[in-house]
Formats: sequence, C-alpha cells, structure tokens
Amino acid sequence: MTDSYAPSRETTEGRVYNLSGGDWDQVLAGHTVGEERLVLNMGPQHPSTHGVLRLVLELEGETVTDARVVIGYLHTGIEKNTEYRTWTQGVTFLTRADYLSPFFNETVYCLGVERLLGVEIPERAKLIRILMMEINRLSSHWVWLATGGMELGALTAMTNGFRARERCLDIFELVTGLRMNHAYVRPGGVAQDLPAGYDEKIRDWVKEMRQELHGLDKLLTGQTIWVNRLKDVGWIGVEGCIALGITGPILRAAGLPWDLRKTQPYLGYETFDFEVPTDDRGDSWSRYVVRVAEMWESLKIVEQVLDRLEPGPTMIDDPKIAWPAKLSLGPDGMGNSLEHVQHIMASSMESLIHHFKIVTEGFRVPPGQTYQAIESPRGELGAHVVSDGGTRPYRVHFREPSFINLQGTAAMSIGGMVADVIASVASIDPVMGGCDR
Amino acid sequence: MGTPPERPVPDDAAPDQSAAEIERSTVDSSRGAMEPDAARLARGAAGEAEATFGVERRGMFGPTGSGDTSGYSGLVRPPWTAPAAERPYGSYFDDVVDALAVAYPGTSEAITRVVVDRGELTLHVAREHLIGVMTALRNDESLRFELCSSVSGVDYLGTSQRLHAVYHLTSMTYRRRIRVEVAVTAEDPHVPSVTALYPTADWQEREAYDMFGIVFDGHPALTRILMPDDWDGFPQRKDYPLGGVPVQYKGATIPPPDERRYYK
Repeated sequence: MTDSYAPSRETTEGRVYNLSGGDWDQVLAGHTVGEERLVLNMGPQHPSTHGVLRLVLELEGETVTDARVVIGYLHTGIEKNTEYRTWTQGVTFLTRADYLSPFFNETVYCLGVERLLGVEIPERAKLIRILMMEINRLSSHWVWLATGGMELGALTAMTNGFRARERCLDIFELVTGLRMNHAYVRPGGVAQDLPAGYDEKIRDWVKEMRQELHGLDKLLTGQTIWVNRLKDVGWIGVEGCIALGITGPILRAAGLPWDLRKTQPYLGYETFDFEVPTDDRGDSWSRYVVRVAEMWESLKIVEQVLDRLEPGPTMIDDPKIAWPAKLSLGPDGMGNSLEHVQHIMASSMESLIHHFKIVTEGFRVPPGQTYQAIESPRGELGAHVVSDGGTRPYRVHFREPSFINLQGTAAMSIGGMVADVIASVASIDPVMGGCDR
Repeated sequence: MGTPPERPVPDDAAPDQSAAEIERSTVDSSRGAMEPDAARLARGAAGEAEATFGVERRGMFGPTGSGDTSGYSGLVRPPWTAPAAERPYGSYFDDVVDALAVAYPGTSEAITRVVVDRGELTLHVAREHLIGVMTALRNDESLRFELCSSVSGVDYLGTSQRLHAVYHLTSMTYRRRIRVEVAVTAEDPHVPSVTALYPTADWQEREAYDMFGIVFDGHPALTRILMPDDWDGFPQRKDYPLGGVPVQYKGATIPPPDERRYYK
C-alpha cells in the first residue's frame, strides 16, 4: 500500500509515513506563477466582514491587488426619518444609527440642537452624558475586540469580550432601562436622573473592568498568533489618514494625538485628567494597543465623574424645552412617574395642557445651521443640524466615522495577503448601522 | 424598487379635495395682497435671491389644504435668511477671511456671502471658484484646513438655488473649523468635485449625489452609494414623494408623513 503523497517506511515501531511535502518547487518548475487573477466577492453576508459589508477583492494568488468596498445594505433612511418627527423624537432614530455607540449619537445631535437653541444645560446633565459616553466607549471597544478576535480565530477573545460588554450593558440598563437604543440623552439634558445606588454599582463595575482588562492582557498581548496576525498588517500613515479623513484610534495609532476631547473640548472634557494614547506603528497592532489603552483612560474619566457628581437638575430649567414628565422606572418599564401622572390627571389642568402641547407639538428651534463634532469610539462623529424654525429638524446629517474610515480599506489591504484583509477591516472597527444610517 | 413609490390616493378623496380647494383659494388671495410690499422687501435687491434659505410658511398646523384647526391659519412666517456678517466677524474668522483674500486673488467675487451664526463661520462660495478657494484653504500656511470633516447636502426647496453642498473643514494645525457652502439650482446641479484635494470627499460626494442629485463634476466614479444602483429619484430631496401605508381595513391608508397633520 503506497501513497504517492506520503511515502512510508517500515521501522521497529511500525510503519511511519512521511508527510513532509515541500515538493512544490518541482511541481511549479517551468511554470510562471502570477497569471491567476481571481475576483473574489466577500459578503454582504459573511461572518468575517463585520456586519453587512461587502468586499470585492481582486487577487493574484493570495495577494490582494485591488479591493473595493460596497456599502448601503443597512441603509434605513434615519436622516430622512428625523425630518418628519419632532426635535426630541429625533434622538430615538439617531440612537439606532451606530448601535454600538448610542450615547455618542444622542449626545452629538443634542449638542447641535442645544447650539441652535442657544441654551446651556445643567452641570449634572453634562457629567451624566460624559459618564455614559465613557462607559459606552468601553462597551464599544469590547465589541470591537470580541468581533475582531472572532474574525481572526481568537474565540476566547470573543467570549471574554462579549462577557465584559454585557457588564457595560448592565450599567446602561440600570441607568436608562434599556440595554441598547436608549434615547436617554435629550435636547436640554438627559431623560432621567441616575438611579439610587448607582455610585456603588458603577464603582464595582470599574473594578470588574480592570480585572477584565488584565485578563485581556494575559490572554492576547503576548500571544504569538495574535501578535503575528496584527503586526505589520493594514498599515496606514498620518498623511494617508488625513487625506482619507480617517480619525479616531486609527489616526492615533499612526502617531497623531488628535482627540477632540483634548483638541476641541466639549461638555467640559478639558477639566478631566486623562491621557490620549498614541502609538507609532500605524498597523493593526497599534490600533489594538491604542484602543486597549483608551479603555483604561475611560475608566479614569468614569471615576472622576463619580467623584464630581453633585445633586442637581438633569434637565434644563425651561418648561418650553424640557420634557415635562419626570420619567421613572416602574414595574412595567420606563414611563412617566406616578407623581407626575397624578399631578396632571388630578390636580392641574394647565399642567395637562402643557404636557400635551410639548409632547405632541414639541418646541421650535430658531432657524440656522450648526456642526458639532465629538470623539466617538471610532473617530470624529459630526452632526450637521439645520433648522428652518419649525418643530421638526429640517435636515440632520451625520458625519459617521465608520462611513469615512471604511474608505481606508483599499489603502490598508492592497498588496497584502487575503487573510490580512480580515485583520485590516476588523481593525477599522466599522459599524454598518452607523455607516449606512 | 425601480420607481419612486406613488402616493396612494384614497377613493373618497372628493370631499377632502374641495376643502383643500377652499383653503388654497383663501391662501392665494391673501398671498396676492402680501406679495408686492412685504415679500419683495424681504428679498431686497435682485441678486439677493440666492441668499434666501427658508421658504415662507403659512398657518401653524399641518400641510396646507388639510384643514387647519389651530386657529392660526393666517399666520405667515417670512423666509429664513441668514444675515450677512459685518466686520469684525470676531474670533478667528477675520484672520481666516483675510488670509484667504491674500491666498486666493479672486476671493472678492468668489465669496458671495459671509455668515457668522452661533459662533460658526460660513463662506458662501460661487461654484466656479470652489476649487480655487478650497485649494487655498488647504494649502496656504496661515489657513491649513487639512481635514475635510464632512460633505453634506441640504435641499432648501422653494428657493432659487435650492441645492446646497456644505463642506465642513477642520484645520488641525490651528484647531479651527469653517463651513463652505455652494448653492446650485435643481435644473443645473453641477458642482466641481473636491476629491482631488480631499480624497475623503469621495464617498461623501457620492452620498450627496445619491440623496440630493448634486452632480460633482470630476469625481472619479459618481455612483449611488447607499441606495440600490437602479433607484429612481433622489430620496432626501424635499419634494421626493413619500409613501403612505395601506392598512387592511376597508382600503384605508395612513397618509405619507408630509401630508399628516403636524405643528409647524
């Protein structure tokens, strides 16, 4: 019994097969490699393309010679929809755009509306927004790690990442009543105050996150496969980033410490003590290093917010803008608080009328336009908000970092191996819900 | 998918129609009386028409013709016009405009209007000068707007140059932001592409084309990006027909969002 691919020989231990291979030099001798051009379609339904992203790759053997990105499979018309809802209802749509960073979407839109209104929100509302955004930054980066790890075959990174992210969602649920799609940040402040016992729970969460981050460090940072899959893969430099408009961790991993929380602060970020992590390799590994370092920094900000929180209003003191009801978490979910319902139904007709008017009619925003930008987990998230003076937005445009950053796919993948395309796209961390809106 | 959704017309539309006719005739008569003085004064000189952004709005409740029960049907709100700023503009805005005038010789005719509103500077630029202005803004040492943060479209339906391409530029060197705005008509929606200056504008211009039908001349591949390739029409234009929702009860239909009653 002989096998031409596995020659065998008899030994005292029995028959030994030799599976060395290595005859490719002979097989290919006399042939020129590189005439095999293959156009490969990846996606939109593909476990490694990070959602409904479609890549059309042109391959020469295993080398990528061209890469095109096709998007739009998750377009839901969020921007158009906001034009037919009140200013407050707009939040409900926009929170679903980039579903992994809902608080950032809500906040940047509300900052735009507040700029158009020319109002200043209470200090406590600002701090709560920062608190929720920084917790959200962790949850978003955990999902990036989990999905990115899964795409590279690191399944434990996936299970650990989603486990840690679930802890973040627990905090979201505690504060807003919902794990995702919160619509918690509203024009004028936030929907409701922090619940009783928030301080202890969030501090416990911070401890837990530090443990998870240490576990992550042990699991991945020194692991040969993880390092080799990421190092020198998907390189892009500072010039390339700026030309392509790429911001966020990718730009910082290329070496430019551009973080809007520091460079053009909003909501009082300039008063917080935190670092902007950077790295100088500009490859997928640097992005991993920068994102993990950012998670540590976000925990520092969360602790500082907890130290600073003073009792006070969480919604602007202007009944013509503020949502009239105090919301509270009842046994059947979030809704108007019992005291408020009693007040408007039993004791004050004027309050009932006011409630009805402001909820159904909404408020008017003076005409004009504004552009507000904040640092989301993926880079500069901008909201171009236009008002015509009515009760509904005239136009809301989101400058989505996922949308812009995906333009870098070709620059990162061409010339590399097809397997590295996965690592590159994972390191961009695109969220298609935000990209396609 | 191929054609834009048609508005469903309810079978018993006749009574509504007549109510709408009555409403429209009253509105028209009042507009005829208004037009000569107030509206024309608001517009000012002949060349100022392009500076108008909003349209005149009448009534307070719902689309015209649906029966305004608010009691404010005679209310008229003038079109919204962003006032041209006067010097000093304040903040870093004077420096930017001065430096641009030095860097780009045609600035005086390129910039049709400078608006400073809510602490943000907007330069309204004539489209034939867009590339020159953007090149100067990007390259000049005292301007250095390296990053084109965002390109978006806005449709000011009812004005003469209704389609606006809006560019938000960021100077990472000086940490400044400005807005450059170009207005074109829907009949001639051509704007030069800035992709050669800012490669990041590639997809963003495609999106503005996809949603508003603004044609960016010189773009390497101006195709739809979010909507399917064979889609008709430009969905985010304000006159794009919106679909109603048929409900399974005696042929009833939920009207499209812009025909429902709402507060203006």
